[in-house]
Amino acid sequence: MLVSQQQKLQDDIQALVGRHGRTRAALMPVLQELQERYGSVSDFAMQVVADELGIHPAEVYGVVSFYAFLHNEPRGRFQIRLCQTISCDLAGKARVARQLENELGIRFGETTPDGRFSLEWASCLGMCDQGPALLVNDRVYTRVSPEQVHRIIDDCRKVFGAHAAQAAHAAHA
Amino acid sequence: MQPISSKKTPLTFDTIPAGQGLAAALAKSRADIIGEVSASNLKGRGGAGFPTGTKWNLAAAAQVRDGGAKYVVCNADEGEPGTFKDRVLLLDYADLVFEGMTIAARAIGATRGILYLRGEYVYMRPHLEGVLARRRADGQLGADILGTAGFTFDIEIRMGAGAYVCGEETALIESLEGHRGEPRNRPPFPVNTGFLGQPTVVNNVETLAAVSAILARGAAWFKAMGTERSAGFKLFSVSGDCAEPGVYEFPLGITIADLLDKVGGAGAKAVQIGGASGTCVPASAFGRRIAFEDVATGGSIIVFGQGRDMLHVAKNFMEFFVEESCGQCTPCRAGNAKLLEGIEMLERGACSSAYLQELLALCETMQLASKCGLGQSSPNAFVSILTHFQDEILGRTAAV
Repeated sequence: MLVSQQQKLQDDIQALVGRHGRTRAALMPVLQELQERYGSVSDFAMQVVADELGIHPAEVYGVVSFYAFLHNEPRGRFQIRLCQTISCDLAGKARVARQLENELGIRFGETTPDGRFSLEWASCLGMCDQGPALLVNDRVYTRVSPEQVHRIIDDCRKVFGAHAAQAAHAAHA
Repeated sequence: MQPISSKKTPLTFDTIPAGQGLAAALAKSRADIIGEVSASNLKGRGGAGFPTGTKWNLAAAAQVRDGGAKYVVCNADEGEPGTFKDRVLLLDYADLVFEGMTIAARAIGATRGILYLRGEYVYMRPHLEGVLARRRADGQLGADILGTAGFTFDIEIRMGAGAYVCGEETALIESLEGHRGEPRNRPPFPVNTGFLGQPTVVNNVETLAAVSAILARGAAWFKAMGTERSAGFKLFSVSGDCAEPGVYEFPLGITIADLLDKVGGAGAKAVQIGGASGTCVPASAFGRRIAFEDVATGGSIIVFGQGRDMLHVAKNFMEFFVEESCGQCTPCRAGNAKLLEGIEMLERGACSSAYLQELLALCETMQLASKCGLGQSSPNAFVSILTHFQDEILGRTAAV
């Protein structure tokens, strides 16, 4: 990591701790916001958070590794989480899962080499009456059929297209 | 592919005007508020069924330590498989939920409230923050609420991060305090030693909405519904093999057969009541009642049609518990893994009756020796499915 990036991360963490409070009880909100901003909580970030809150970095690692929605390693820009629990299972999640793997060329638990997509299982998403259900980042999709999978992924890919177009536009301006 | 409304029946909550319960509560003394809730016989809607009035009484009597404060926590970590009623309540009836928290705060003398929202529901957060901001602007949160001198209370939202065990109240508190979601020994109970060591009431979303209704309409009105030991109406999250899955309201005490008729699930092979930690009821027992004194539930009803492989169902539940056990205590951490291994042996047709008996003995150990409700209840589905469907489970050949 560049020194300037480290400095920015440190500044961000100090601002977060300033906002949520320099107490252990602030740990979860601080980690959640860090992850939202940076995509994961790196070793360096855990060390800085620990220093700021006056706890051992192993304590921070213990928390990050405990919660399914916090992670130490970067995941894809789009995290697809398919519900694997019983009602979605009865509604046919296995075929949706297979098709997700086919479209993305990765297995569950993996991230595409371009860093755009990662595929994970989720426990019950609370959409049991409308399964199979999946989350793409914060967005919920329900009653997903195998033939709809490519559309969901296309919707995500369009975001990259838009970013690319914006970047090109900015370069010309 | 976009979510649709889950509501299948009109809800009693539709008839409760927002603000009425809080206004009625503020006209009463603290003891009378708790008296009203106790008189209604309201029991916790999260599934455990602890009497709400008793919980509040204990928290009201508990002393704050070191100049701290009492807390009201709304448990919106709805993670029990097959449960989604809190999603409906938080999206469509958030005012009644926050009102219930405010009434609880008044009753026990709390100044701070926390809504612990499961990470999977983060998309609701802007809506809920909006409702809180409006309530602050309307004087229903903040200092001297609705002109009641000295009654100060506000609510913040804290997010969970994908851990089922945090629905257990002491694990939830650990998470709020910035720790791994590992349940604590009880006692001491949160009403005495809760968030930051202070007296804390943790109530389910639906319990708090019901509190608003009870204060608005009176304990007698609430108690007139349901059964003697299970008062009131209850929301049910219905999914699985039925024509009309969704959220329903029924009085407690309804028979499983009646419920199945109403959701288009008649002719089912079995029904899982209470989610993965609940129990599997075969068709021969559909005359049983859904109530605290018979089959208790936090509202999860999963219907299994005739063609379903019950061992596959048991396996799905056990995979869930292996994933979601916090790993703190051995009976749960190792027990669930051994049960899943046993299910895989049964799948291969490689499990002797003697070994099956050993697995059932292990289930008893887990129920007795696990530290929290997760490990104590995780064998329930396995035991009930094994008991009722043994003839389709033993002696499988690979082709099944």
